[in-house]
Amino acid sequence: MSETQTKQSDASPPETTHRVLIGKVGLDGHDRGAKVIARALRDAGFEVIYTGLHQTPEAVAATAVQEDVDGVGISILSGAHNTLVPEIIEALEERGADDIFVFAGGIIPEDDIATLKDQGVRAVFTPGTPTREVIDFVRDACREQADNR
Amino acid sequence: MRWLDDGRPEARAELDALYPHTGNAYFIGITGHPGSGKSTLVDAFIRLCRERDLTVACIAVDPSSPFSGGAILGDRVRMNRHALDDGVFIRSVATRGNLGGLSRSTPASVQVMDAMGFDIVLIETVGVGQDEIDIVRLADTNVVVMVPGLGDDIQATKAGVMEIADIFAVNKSDLDGADRVVREIKTMLSMNESADDEDAWIPSVLKTVATHQEGLEPLFEAVEAHRDWLQAHRSDRDRDRQRIEQLVRLVISGEFDARIGRLLGTDTWKSHLEAVLDRTETPYEAADALFDEIF
Ligand SMILES: Nc1nc2c(ncn2[C@@H]2O[C@H](COP(=O)(O)OP(=O)(O)OP(=O)(O)O)[C@@H](O)[C@H]2O)c(=O)[nH]1
Ligand SMILES: [Mg+2]
Repeated sequence: MSETQTKQSDASPPETTHRVLIGKVGLDGHDRGAKVIARALRDAGFEVIYTGLHQTPEAVAATAVQEDVDGVGISILSGAHNTLVPEIIEALEERGADDIFVFAGGIIPEDDIATLKDQGVRAVFTPGTPTREVIDFVRDACREQADNR
Repeated sequence: MRWLDDGRPEARAELDALYPHTGNAYFIGITGHPGSGKSTLVDAFIRLCRERDLTVACIAVDPSSPFSGGAILGDRVRMNRHALDDGVFIRSVATRGNLGGLSRSTPASVQVMDAMGFDIVLIETVGVGQDEIDIVRLADTNVVVMVPGLGDDIQATKAGVMEIADIFAVNKSDLDGADRVVREIKTMLSMNESADDEDAWIPSVLKTVATHQEGLEPLFEAVEAHRDWLQAHRSDRDRDRQRIEQLVRLVISGEFDARIGRLLGTDTWKSHLEAVLDRTETPYEAADALFDEIF
């Protein structure tokens, strides 16, 4: 946290406030990683819709649409990423919201990362990635989004 | 709705087109201390409404960080079970400081939800900011959530919040001290002038345990009773007028704040500031000049 606190001074606040959803799908009960990212994004000036644990892909997509977010960040530790993350992308498409970008974080093996990216996941962050990197990615992706609106 | 939040001009045309379709939803404000269980209560209330085939929209307001402008909007954590229900629409909004964020977007969101045809619109706020109290004044019925264990906090609870209460819900009544809170609220109410006025609405005080769906039926009935009282004592047009007055005020102040926001940091702004610093202008003269600048 202290790391992100000091950083916010040099980060200029976003022109329009970007909104992202941070959620967890799957059965595992750890949301520490998701909370760390949520707080880091808040400290970088984002509005973060936090949905908590045990979300279904369908529910994540429905919430993302209702909340009109630019992007969805999914934290996953249970190893079910290969099915759950693509399901979110599919559910977003079904709702006509394929412009909402999806990124994922968690213990995800190299091979799976490539597959996920093929399926439309914009970025995958493994444990140990500096939060700054995540924030930069989210900011760029949101800006791109805003330009395309 | 995103456009509304960002104050985009496109939104204006949409809003104007929607406006004739508003005026049908029933607005309920839910206000109370952080952590008092508002979101849990909203969740339980939505569940009850759904059992009665009423559709519900909810605006959950959380504060923006004064430092980064960002926010974590976590009220949905308690409401997730409604995520896939088409009869429920939940929107989280951040206060976005005081430069027109909340006051600009929320009245607009409220209108959109109304026009979308939801039977009930719930507005959850902690009610500490003036903006939030203004928002809650849009509601037909205001529920103020209290909890046991706050000690003398009843007196300390912001006067504005106490005044807007049509119903007090003493939540977390499974904890010790709920009856005492109920008594204290009733004592406080009995000292109001309106307590002697037969026609006045006497706020109801009831206990709830939101986590166990307890006390929700009485809460629903209290809302209905207040609605009936409103209908008996004020014409529909008067009630609508009260909300519209608040709405128009909010729109004006939102626009005003937005214009001030755009003025900040401009050369005109800086030059007047410098003049005040040099003591060649007084703050009032600068304000007059800047005021002309925004209109
Ligand atoms: N014991 C008890 N706990 C409750 C009750 N209702 C809510 N809680 C708990 O109180 C905590 C806060 O609940 P929320 O619904 O998030 O409270 P809130 O007022 O919306 O909080 P903010 O939006 O952060 O201001 C949660 O841990 C709930 O489980 C209740 O009736 N009894
Ligand atoms: Mg809440």
